[in-house]
Amino acid sequence: MSDGLALVSSLDAALADTAGERSLSLASRGDRGVIVKVTGVTGADESVATDELERRLLEMGFVEGARIEVLHEGLFGRDPIAVRVDDTRVALRRREAGAVTVKFDGIQS
Amino acid sequence: MNTEAATLSPARIALVGNPNSGKTALFNALTGSRQKVANYAGVTVERKEGVLTTPGGRTLRLLDLPGTYSLRARSPDEVVTRDAILGRLAGEAAPDVLICVADATNLRLVLRLALELKQVGRPFVLALNMFDIAQRQGLRIDLDLLAREVGAPIVTTVATRKRGLDELIAKAEMLTVTHSGGGANVWREPDAAEIRSAHAEAQRIFRVCVKPPERPDTITGKIDDVLLNPAAGLLILATLLFVMFQAVFTWATPAMDLIDGGFAALAGWVGAYLPQGLLGSFIADGLIAGVGSVLVFLPQILILFFFILLLEDSGYMARAAFLMDKIMGGAGLHGRAFIPLLSSFACAIPGIMSTRVIDNRHDRLTTILVAPLMTCSARIPVYTLIIGAFIPQTTVWGFLSLQGLVMFGLYASGIVSALLVSFVIRKLFWRGTVEPFMMELPTYRWPEPRNVLLNLWARAKIFITRAGKIILPLMVLIWVLATFPYPPEGATGPAIDYSFAGILGGWIEPLLRPIGFNWQMSIALIPGMAAREVAVATLGTVYAVSDPDGTATALSATLSSQWSLASALSFLAWYVFAPQCAPTLAVVKRETNSWLWPTVMFVYMVALAYLAAFATYHIAVAMGAG
Repeated sequence: MSDGLALVSSLDAALADTAGERSLSLASRGDRGVIVKVTGVTGADESVATDELERRLLEMGFVEGARIEVLHEGLFGRDPIAVRVDDTRVALRRREAGAVTVKFDGIQS
Repeated sequence: MNTEAATLSPARIALVGNPNSGKTALFNALTGSRQKVANYAGVTVERKEGVLTTPGGRTLRLLDLPGTYSLRARSPDEVVTRDAILGRLAGEAAPDVLICVADATNLRLVLRLALELKQVGRPFVLALNMFDIAQRQGLRIDLDLLAREVGAPIVTTVATRKRGLDELIAKAEMLTVTHSGGGANVWREPDAAEIRSAHAEAQRIFRVCVKPPERPDTITGKIDDVLLNPAAGLLILATLLFVMFQAVFTWATPAMDLIDGGFAALAGWVGAYLPQGLLGSFIADGLIAGVGSVLVFLPQILILFFFILLLEDSGYMARAAFLMDKIMGGAGLHGRAFIPLLSSFACAIPGIMSTRVIDNRHDRLTTILVAPLMTCSARIPVYTLIIGAFIPQTTVWGFLSLQGLVMFGLYASGIVSALLVSFVIRKLFWRGTVEPFMMELPTYRWPEPRNVLLNLWARAKIFITRAGKIILPLMVLIWVLATFPYPPEGATGPAIDYSFAGILGGWIEPLLRPIGFNWQMSIALIPGMAAREVAVATLGTVYAVSDPDGTATALSATLSSQWSLASALSFLAWYVFAPQCAPTLAVVKRETNSWLWPTVMFVYMVALAYLAAFATYHIAVAMGAG
């Protein structure tokens, strides 16, 4: 198990799924995969409506089928993260990353 | 329609595109210095318009709209972009033609925006900017197919080398006549499903038109490995800011000496040629000394802006926001607040205006309230003067200037107090969640010298006009206050003791005596409300006028002989916190549309300033600096 799991909420953990499908909020640097689901639900209180968050994610390129790779992590709590979505580099917090589910390549430790 | 008339009348063209697409560089390349920065009617979003003349002699008016990923506006900035395009802005007709600016190396997101533009029904040209980089990467784009798929003419441009500009203008001008691609406006705000299907369409177009690059950019990734390294990244950011502030001090000195010498020579020349008396005193002590003591700080302000522009243009600013998000989040601030707060180091006014990128109200208000605690360039004159007069010019640890170190300390106390204040606001008043943080990290680029210079020139112009329009009349007022009424016959003290200035200073002085201020310092605070740097000019005027020999002694020498070190430090502490800037309060009123927030800001800042100055003074006196 990655030490990242210790940091996330139980709801995030519940999102962790079989078949390599997991919430982006759980990913570590170097993880790659394909986005399989984008919702507006992060499991935390958000200041914007779920529908609004979903549209913002979509507009930044977080869309089903897009390739994603975690490039960097912040110093404190490994948050925020910088990811590559297709050709675009985007920074976001792990919180909002909770709304994105990714099918990761290979077996994740 | 009458083609000839259409050719003759000026056309309006708007530039729209994603952030970081080189849109502003293209705007600068097209219009050069023929641009005007103002505000949109009723809102405070910056409106940049430029004029250019086509080879055929037609005038085109170009509007540079704020960058956006979609027409679905979320922040006040994006509202302007949407409303300008849709022709909903008060007092603004819809543009005749749009130019959609795309970074040729990053087409996916902008293609979706282009599909949205298509629904608006305005004819548009798609400008594939930074095409040279795309070519260097071996990115192959089927331009004819792309033009057919998007339904708009395509021009490849390199804004920084002025390539493709004539063709771009020719195509845009042609559209103003033919209106091809135009139609009814069927745009409405898309829902998530519609954004998904637009994405799928953009993705399909992308797949058929663009072959992946043979030599993709790897440099950005390599640079990020260092700059976004969790520990090293923060260290580099801190070093960068530190170097920036040291540079503000050391690089500016020669230019400042030159300006200083120039004004002293001018005052001397005027003194020699004009008859001694009221007029000579007015021109030499009032006008020249007043304006000179403010203009002398232009080099420092330009150096600071120079660094900020370099950081913005290179793409580093978004990285800084990434690195700072958690730290700022701990203080209850949004990562996006980093850029407004960094701008506030130059001036709180553009900083407060740029909080419009934050759409959550509480996030935005918190940022606005703490923005003036960032050390703006108007404080530099005050800090420089006092540091120059009271802190010895020695070197510590072999390479650091002690004066620079004190300056760094003043900046640091501004930052720390801003974080503390926002923490308190968030804990006591507005608990709750902060806005999502999502930000593109653009590809690193060398800043374009021409762009940096054009922007720097715009800043210099604003500062000089400000010195002329606001500060000069105030200087004249101060001179009047400091000159009249004349001392009575047989008066023993310096003339200024008997003037309005002396009387006024005497009134406030008892209030400020507990924090170690004398009446000259007290009176400097009053005109200093107009703009912080005016306090320096006031001190210059007050001390030049009260100089019994009439010789121009350097102000800092005068101060170091008249003030105690404790008073000087107390003055510095006051200036870290005090809301000595009426224009900032006015902007807060305008941005929040209420008198409540400027009042809150004024009260809390005065309270902090008084406390800090009081503590500083008494500690310094206790340590023997009184």
